[in-house]
Amino acid sequence: MPVLEIAVKFGIYAAMGTVLIFALGVVTLRNLFHCALCLAAALIGTAVIYLGLRADFLAGIQILLYVGAVVTLVIFAIMLTEHLAGKTVRQNNSQSLPAVIGLAAFVAILAALIVKTPWPLQAASHAKISVMEIGQALMGTYVFPFEVISVILIAALIGAVVIAKKDNSGEQS
Amino acid sequence: MIGIPLTHILIFSLLLFAIGIYGALVRRNIIGILISIELILNAANINLIAFSKYTSPSPEMGQIFAIFVIAIAATSAAVGLAIVLALYRVRKTVYTDEVNLLKW
Repeated sequence: MPVLEIAVKFGIYAAMGTVLIFALGVVTLRNLFHCALCLAAALIGTAVIYLGLRADFLAGIQILLYVGAVVTLVIFAIMLTEHLAGKTVRQNNSQSLPAVIGLAAFVAILAALIVKTPWPLQAASHAKISVMEIGQALMGTYVFPFEVISVILIAALIGAVVIAKKDNSGEQS
Repeated sequence: MIGIPLTHILIFSLLLFAIGIYGALVRRNIIGILISIELILNAANINLIAFSKYTSPSPEMGQIFAIFVIAIAATSAAVGLAIVLALYRVRKTVYTDEVNLLKW
């Protein structure tokens, strides 16, 4: 049994390293299509971390919604806008150095805070959260944000269609 | 218990967040900025799950808020990419420094 736990531990650390490497690929690669593929890989790695944290339902949601829907949408947008022949276009603006310096300071401060803070750790239970408990909480305690989310989804759907459709208001009322 | 301390997960998600912000600051392509924003929201989700696993008295709370964040990320991606398409149709570019219509 300890062998299995050690394997899970190293698996999660390996998933973390993989996600960070692919995230660096997302922000540094030149070809935007490769960036989208790296994003898909990073999101799948995140789903693996969710599995390690015993959030099975969320791992499924992550793969379905992010990798299935969002990455597909991004790839569609890249195909519709980018001419992939023009790969030599510079992809970054000239503010890389200030961004790196500022973010290094930000990371240093927050990492020091994270290490110093005494987190109120609880003896978390081994049992994973079942889908039924999530559903009951979603329909019970959190029913108001759930309804708000549904309204936001409808608004975003209609808004995306209205924004992206061809504008032919000149003729045919 | 999983043998990973909470601190390691928090530092991992901090690094992911910083990488996402770097991309959002540095990219010229609007689609690249949107992809970086997805990374940032992903880092926030990992934090929510880790906190609900390690410190919360009711462990399903973090997962529910992570589901809400995923829904918001999907809507932001849909609306943002629709705006990018409309912009491309009008201006024939997706680079942020070439969209200077309001710049004086």
